[in-house]
Amino acid sequence: MLELRIEGRSFGLPVLGEIFTTICQGDRICLLGPSGIGKTTLLNAIAGLDGAMPDAAVPGRNKMRVGYLFQEHRLLPWRTLRQNLAIVGAGDADIERLLASVGLAGYADHLPDQLSLGMARRAALARCLAIQPDLLLLDEPFASLDPVRATELKQLILDLLGRYPTMAMICVTHDARDATELANRLWYLDGQPACLQWDGTIAAQSGVESLVQRLRTLDQVV
Amino acid sequence: MTARAGQPAAWSYWVVLPACILLWAVIAATLQTPLLPSPGEVIVALRSEATNGQLWFHLAATLARVTVAFVLAMAIGTAIGLAMGRSTRTNALFDPLLVVLLNLPALVTIILMYVWFGLVEVAAVLAVVVNKVPNVAVTVREGARSLDPKLESMATVYRFTRWQRFREVWLPQLFPYLMAATRGGLALIWKIVLVVELLGRSSGVGFKLHLAFQVFDVATILAYSLAFIAIVQLIELALLQPLERRATRWRQPETAHA
Repeated sequence: MLELRIEGRSFGLPVLGEIFTTICQGDRICLLGPSGIGKTTLLNAIAGLDGAMPDAAVPGRNKMRVGYLFQEHRLLPWRTLRQNLAIVGAGDADIERLLASVGLAGYADHLPDQLSLGMARRAALARCLAIQPDLLLLDEPFASLDPVRATELKQLILDLLGRYPTMAMICVTHDARDATELANRLWYLDGQPACLQWDGTIAAQSGVESLVQRLRTLDQVV
Repeated sequence: MTARAGQPAAWSYWVVLPACILLWAVIAATLQTPLLPSPGEVIVALRSEATNGQLWFHLAATLARVTVAFVLAMAIGTAIGLAMGRSTRTNALFDPLLVVLLNLPALVTIILMYVWFGLVEVAAVLAVVVNKVPNVAVTVREGARSLDPKLESMATVYRFTRWQRFREVWLPQLFPYLMAATRGGLALIWKIVLVVELLGRSSGVGFKLHLAFQVFDVATILAYSLAFIAIVQLIELALLQPLERRATRWRQPETAHA
């Protein structure tokens, strides 16, 4: 579905090396790797934020649609949630439905700054879904949320993934537990410049322990 | 109504200004000279100018010039400022010109425009625009440089059209800079327009002041000054402040003071 070929990115120093991989419909990828290695840079490259969008072949569409949940909500602070969703093309009925689906029914006329961090992040998630994305990028969606809110959001994302089975997802995280719960595929980004050191499926039966073990050996190899 | 930062309470205007008028009346009564008419004489002059229509005619002429010059200067200055703030190459091209224009005395531009284009309306308005554009451009450039790159990337990901990007992402961020350019711009344009009128037009407040100056008619000069101050304040209260309140409504109390 998505042929990902990234030539490498450098900001003074080379950050990302050459990356070539394929993403299929319904892939749930967790992107792990040490802090500051370039995980967000990779997401930006996939979203086409610096340079061209990677090649993508999506049935029935000439261009892939990418929903990107940034670390900050990046909603327009001067627009209500309703307006923020309308700007990306959601209709009136869709807006109510999308906000309800992320647990924000009744908040359509609130401004982003009137919401808590977790709520604003869910509102931003609703905006991702409003464009009916083929690929959903999540940049540390559980960061700075308390454990209860983080678990709620994780459950919400799992529900949404179930509701949109063809949508692919790439989720940056530090937590191997997130990976086993959310993903069916794992990328491990490391090296200087950073490359995918491991691109493999996560078997349903493999638990957190074996994954952590695997990551530890990767860490030593690199 | 909430006071703007640094602005004193409203009552101070009702104490200081009447005190000044009282002082003026006392001095005028003591000196008894036509070079300093009393407040009453100024009111009489103002009323006679208003009833014979002169006041409205000349104020309208000045207002029309100010409006046209202001709109042109803001549009051109904003476009140049945005381009300069967004592209280092454009900045390199325009910055030396700005340095020259910012330091060029307004009077020189006015004289040159009249010399080159003749004593016509276009020359008058052009002189004001040329004076004002660099100030607007410099202010808007600062705004364009401070645009949030995070919202830029969001707009790219969600494929905002050019117009959406300008209206939804840039304009709200540029608003404080545009307001600053507007306030500074109006204050400057008013003054330059009067000089332009004094030097080469046969209508407008500047022209009327010129006539009054030739016959040392201080009462008329002061009458027009008062009318002028009233109009400027009216624009501030009736247009600028409501606009500012409307556009900053989204700010939450805690962020407004940040």
